[in-house]
Amino acid sequence: MAKKRKPKLAVWKFASCDGCQLSLLDCEEELLDVAGVIDIANFPEASRAVVRGPYDISLVEGSITTSHDAERIHQVRRSSRVLITIGACATSGGIQALRNFKDVKDFATIVYPNPLYIEALAKSTPIADHVAVDFQLRGCPIGKHQLLEVLGAYLNGRKPNIPTYSVCVECKRRGIVCGLVSHGPPCLGPVTQAGCDALCPSYHRGCFGCFGPKETPNTASLGNWWSMRGMQNRELLLLFRSFNAYADAFRRESETREE
Amino acid sequence: MHTQMRFGGRVRHVRNRTIRVDYLARVEGEGSLYIKIKDGAVKEAEFGIFEPPRFFEAFLRGRNYSEAPDITARICGICPVAYQMSSIHAMEQAFGVSVDPRLRSLRRLLYCGEWIESHALHIFLLHAPDFLGYEDAISMARVHPDVVKKGLQLKKVGNEVMTLVGGREIHPINVRVGGFYKVPSKKELQVLVEPLKRARDLAVETVSWTSKIEFPEFEHDYEFVALRHPDEYPLNEGRLVSNKGLDISVIEYEQYFVEEHVRHSNALQSVLKERGAYFVGPLARFNLNFDRLTPIARETASSAKMTPPCTNPFKGIVVRAIETVFACEEALRIVEEYEEPKQSVVSVVHRAGVGYGCTEAPRGILYHRYHLHENGTILDAKIVPPTAQNQKAIEADLVRLVQQYASLADDKLTWQCEQAVRNYDPCISCATHFLRLDVERD
Repeated sequence: MAKKRKPKLAVWKFASCDGCQLSLLDCEEELLDVAGVIDIANFPEASRAVVRGPYDISLVEGSITTSHDAERIHQVRRSSRVLITIGACATSGGIQALRNFKDVKDFATIVYPNPLYIEALAKSTPIADHVAVDFQLRGCPIGKHQLLEVLGAYLNGRKPNIPTYSVCVECKRRGIVCGLVSHGPPCLGPVTQAGCDALCPSYHRGCFGCFGPKETPNTASLGNWWSMRGMQNRELLLLFRSFNAYADAFRRESETREE
Repeated sequence: MHTQMRFGGRVRHVRNRTIRVDYLARVEGEGSLYIKIKDGAVKEAEFGIFEPPRFFEAFLRGRNYSEAPDITARICGICPVAYQMSSIHAMEQAFGVSVDPRLRSLRRLLYCGEWIESHALHIFLLHAPDFLGYEDAISMARVHPDVVKKGLQLKKVGNEVMTLVGGREIHPINVRVGGFYKVPSKKELQVLVEPLKRARDLAVETVSWTSKIEFPEFEHDYEFVALRHPDEYPLNEGRLVSNKGLDISVIEYEQYFVEEHVRHSNALQSVLKERGAYFVGPLARFNLNFDRLTPIARETASSAKMTPPCTNPFKGIVVRAIETVFACEEALRIVEEYEEPKQSVVSVVHRAGVGYGCTEAPRGILYHRYHLHENGTILDAKIVPPTAQNQKAIEADLVRLVQQYASLADDKLTWQCEQAVRNYDPCISCATHFLRLDVERD
């Protein structure tokens, strides 16, 4: 009987911090097992060897911020059977999408003495704004167990079991006292997708939205709640406008807080 | 002999050629190499950084001082703790805050975790495959499974430290200006004792193993720059010193170092005024602070015949292993002596001013400077990551390397050049805030 071909995996990087692809290398106990069932065909951070596409699964990290990358993502899509975005940059534009609220030319002038050498698009945009995406894995950074779950699901032809409910559910499950009703610090938990196992609340800290908006988030209501509790518009703007600033629900709420 | 066997191939007498690598592998981020040789001499050597610019210093303007540790952590997923540490030290300096010694130790422990994780990643997954002649650690693992498995075990312990103290290994959430959100209890930290002892022993083995590699002869009289602390191997604090007479406080950094912007790079290149290229990172720290290493780290280095000065950047892999021994020993000491601080955070009162912070990221000194409004808003930020500081030294190494190995065939020379870049463990994501190799021989 012919030996079954191992599925080919590629990892692509756009504008990002490398943290989400590092999550794959951080699977210390599972890495060699993963390499046993998948052919890691294109992963420049880990290997100089490149196996030609097409690829069965492409993991895409980072956002689109240059015209060159806006072209390159189409090549990635064409060479990928399944395309999965990993992390807040790829899924919502990332922290670098803070430029979307300002004039990028001013930004280049602030950082670089010769801004003419710098080529950048006016906006940092998520991958799904450019090509069809099969699955979006959230997080800044993604959780490695969620990454293994998604890879396992696609390898076995089933739906990934990634909950889209809020951080509140995880908080309740862990028995953490709710900060919203107990004078805790500002928290985005009610409108943020689960996945971190309520990490910040478990460290006596409010959620700051690493996993982006949950399914059907009522951001206006949460904004008003914090407003009633004495938060200024400026503070609310900063809270909603961080690592997932350009995700629709967070963007709209931060814009209503502009003065 | 090893290198001669690997690079001994057919001698080429081509006077004009180009070596180019459009996407350098096994580094963090997107960089390239371009080397042009004309009439047998290197005309151009560019370590290019095409990683897109992300403009951190621009969007930090208008943010609150308290957000800087979490925002700047996103510059780099490999060394987020370094960004958190440099930013909190800068803020605390601006506000005149000093933390409880026990909080200080806990920060040092978190940083040790990052050093262990980052050094193990580079030694085993990114750099060792070059010396053993593999494209990557996965193919290396088929022949040397024990080496890769031990490396992953070591890396895992670093991540365990970061997870326990910082909340998670990538972009920890527990660090804040003035201290932490929550401090671990003495009992919680004790679970790290056994893993750290195991990691220390694995790191000692790694020093012995890496020191037996046959390294290319490639010495150079570099100016090494690192922090120096009165009685510790440097992590969070110290004066900036070099082997050529530099001895300044962190506040004076910008009077001595300037950043230049070149066309082939989306990262600014840093130079010492009127002196040029300098070298930061493990080799610099080791050469300038050998006497501050912990006992087992120093003994292990000496028995591997590694004592300063070490001026061969290829031996960075051994120095990283020595520093990993240090980080395990130091982490173990902190865990064993730990007493829970009475409060997780000291009181912070913001005020207008300028704050300076410089700490030792795994790859070298990371400088932050913030101008702050009296309401705590950041008016202006400057961040100089280690890779931007090493860029010039890397390009100078490439010129010397291509001249030394001009007889190699293109594919061997290209690999050798890539390796010379990886000696520095460059982090391109950091620097743009890295690299394309093209070797051009007409």
